[in-house]
Amino acid sequence: MLARLKANRSAIIAEGRALLALVIIVVFFASMSSRFLDTTNLVIMTRHVAFNAILALGMLLVILNGGIDLSVGSTVGLSGMVAGYLLKGWEIPGTHQVAYPSVWVVILVGCLVGMLVGVVNGILVAKLNVAPFIATLGMMYAVRGLAELVGNGQTFTQLFGQKALGNTGFVSTLHDNVLGLPFPIWVMIVLTVLCSLYLTRTPFGRWLYASGSNERAAALSGVPVKRVQVRIYVLAGLCAGIVGLLLTADLSAAVPEGGSGYELNAIAAVVIGGAALSGGRGTVRGTIIGAFVIGFLVDGLVLIGVSVFWQEVIKGAVIIVAVVVDQAQQRLQKRRTAKQVSGPGSSPAAPAARSESTVMTRA
Amino acid sequence: MTGSDNTVTGSGRSGEVVLRAIDIVKTYGATQALKGVNFEVRRGKVTVLFGENGAGKSTLMKIISGVEQPTSGHLELEGNRISLSSPNDARAAGIAIIHQELNLCANLSVRDNIFLGHELTNKGGAVDYGRESELAQQVLDWLEEPISPETLVGDLRLGQQQIVEIARALVADARILIMDEPTSALSASEVTVLFKVIADLTKRGVAIVYISHHLEEAIEVADEAVVFRDGQLVATAPAEEIDLPWVVQQMVGRAADYDFSDRPREYGDVRLSIQGVKVVSPDGSGRLSVNDVSIDVRAGEIVCLYGLMGAGRTELMEALAGREPIAAGRIVLDGEDVTHLSIPDRIAKGMVLVPEDRQRDGLVQLMSVGQNLSLSSIANLVKGPFVARKREAVEVDAQVKDVRVKTAGSRAPITSLSGGNQQKVVIGRALMTQPKVLLLDEPSRGIDVGAKGEIFSLLFKQAERGLAVLYVTSEISEALSASHRLIVMSKGRVVREFDPARTTRAEVMAASDTDAAAHNGSSS
Repeated sequence: MLARLKANRSAIIAEGRALLALVIIVVFFASMSSRFLDTTNLVIMTRHVAFNAILALGMLLVILNGGIDLSVGSTVGLSGMVAGYLLKGWEIPGTHQVAYPSVWVVILVGCLVGMLVGVVNGILVAKLNVAPFIATLGMMYAVRGLAELVGNGQTFTQLFGQKALGNTGFVSTLHDNVLGLPFPIWVMIVLTVLCSLYLTRTPFGRWLYASGSNERAAALSGVPVKRVQVRIYVLAGLCAGIVGLLLTADLSAAVPEGGSGYELNAIAAVVIGGAALSGGRGTVRGTIIGAFVIGFLVDGLVLIGVSVFWQEVIKGAVIIVAVVVDQAQQRLQKRRTAKQVSGPGSSPAAPAARSESTVMTRA
Repeated sequence: MTGSDNTVTGSGRSGEVVLRAIDIVKTYGATQALKGVNFEVRRGKVTVLFGENGAGKSTLMKIISGVEQPTSGHLELEGNRISLSSPNDARAAGIAIIHQELNLCANLSVRDNIFLGHELTNKGGAVDYGRESELAQQVLDWLEEPISPETLVGDLRLGQQQIVEIARALVADARILIMDEPTSALSASEVTVLFKVIADLTKRGVAIVYISHHLEEAIEVADEAVVFRDGQLVATAPAEEIDLPWVVQQMVGRAADYDFSDRPREYGDVRLSIQGVKVVSPDGSGRLSVNDVSIDVRAGEIVCLYGLMGAGRTELMEALAGREPIAAGRIVLDGEDVTHLSIPDRIAKGMVLVPEDRQRDGLVQLMSVGQNLSLSSIANLVKGPFVARKREAVEVDAQVKDVRVKTAGSRAPITSLSGGNQQKVVIGRALMTQPKVLLLDEPSRGIDVGAKGEIFSLLFKQAERGLAVLYVTSEISEALSASHRLIVMSKGRVVREFDPARTTRAEVMAASDTDAAAHNGSSS
């Protein structure tokens, strides 16, 4: 038990720090505004958090591999626009007939669109060896362009569907409360549990952490590192597709610029949650807490009437402070491990210390 | 540096001590790499350092060149106590080093590499490319290497890159020049030129410290011989008084602590059959790093592959594991052609590699001991979609016992283990895949003698259970005492095969240094 605690110490510290930040935020805003801790307000804020948290889960997978996905914001826009287009009716090419797919088909297609973007990202990164930053930067522009093209720059509004066409229910299904909580919050909860199981309980999770920490060693150990890489980009795309659908239902409209800038909030949540951008380190719990930190901070600042400009400054500062503190704690941790190693009865490996410091500077 | 401007600063005759290392101790954690070494370098003389891997030669050179600082003891330069806290300090004091590993930037030109970090500037502070090119050209002419200073280093073959590394040290105009394995990639004619350059340098009063695994070559160039063993300086002698047997005896001192040469030999069927394998060198020169190698390994047999640096052993191992493609030939595992299978498929078929560079290719640093052990076999330890965690823990704990990893527990971080125990984890991971053929590249590198013995007794235990083992080593004593069959490679080819019980160290060394072309096809 003690050994287990020791082994997980760095993860616990990282999460503990994010949790501490969250507690400080809640206490601060609760003292500034009596409305902050209202159940209604908490539900509204959590619903905002849900969008970012779902994206952040996908982003976590990519970051654990040492990659980054800048295209998820655009994918949110594209999946929403495709959903909007289908709900408004799809003119079958060559005929003058218009098909109105049912809501479940629309949802399925929205998810597939996200996964398809992920497949392209995955092939670019894993098979064609394009740096993840560049590959997904390119896709960020390209996919945003596609989102515009779907509606030719137009937005799709009033997506409630018509009974006669059999396509009602999109907005109500993805937006209304279920068992007292808005649907997006349920999606967040389910995906969090699934993602957590996936990472901690399946061989795939083990492969992901291993290839993120040392890809060469993982490959030589028989880990299918390329397959792992493709799969995480597909899953990140799927998360973005889901958010696109939820956002469209939320607005009951699909706008081509939907989701722009979301990728950065997702990255911020993952980083605040204690993940290392160099890969191999990070948890689902930390990421979700990170999403709450950002969401509650922004909504709290709005609630107490801080200007939009200052909101941005404060958000930026919180992200930077999180990483600076993380670095300091990592260094402390390394020193403690080094001391343990050089203790009596064990002969330590000098090269090990060297490679650790490389890991640290990368992190 | 060339021609007439070669006056050596300071006064003094040839043979006088220019640098003295006094009571140098260097510890890494609990291991002592140097145990109180006193060492002298003389003006205008070539001092050759002999010693097996891990004897402390390179550590001492790192201290003298400012890369590392001694734990205790100090250096005296011409009688004055100095402390070197960085390679730049050493360079300012007139000490330059040619490193064993190439430290070149492939994307820069030969000239830019030669002057990297010490760029010549004009009055305006801009780099004076003209003067740099001129000086670089002079040094390259001196080394009789027909390459232009404007060539990109990435376009050069390995031997030429080593020449650039040498040129870089020569422009420093040092009074003490350390050469750590300067000839590992050089051709015979390039070595001759280098020796001529060394003679030029010593005539000008430069003190040279020379390290090489090519013992005969090193004896040829030596004025003074110094032998290291287990972190201590054990013998010093002038060149006239030494010969190869003396050097070897001083290097090894006592016999290895382990000797498995009398183990019974009962082999089964051929498990691994390497048939005419060729591997193209990744340096882009089109050279074959492995040239038409054929080896059979039987169940229960431990075959050792010995050779000098650049003999192509690691390249062969990586090709067998599936990391590098082969240009020709076949790899047959237990009767089945695996030449075109991926790494995971080869592991599934029963062949797995324990890589040479433990830190870079072996360990997953952010994972625990247990997770490192089960990494290769985790896909088989499942219940439905999930990892069967109880079964994983049971198998990991059994493996920890089996390979005798000393650890606080399977959940301890892998970085908390010593080098020897880390290596046991990497071997244990390979064994957990239940292989038929185990490939090990330098399994004893950087670990202490006790752990070495344990690792080899583990291999012999596994061999008795029917495992076929092929391992690479650079240490002759290990090759002789811990194998059933000893194969020597040189320049990409198999040159000789020995029965370790019926051969001598000198024979093996001589074979490893032969020009492979002369022995073309003599044995395989």
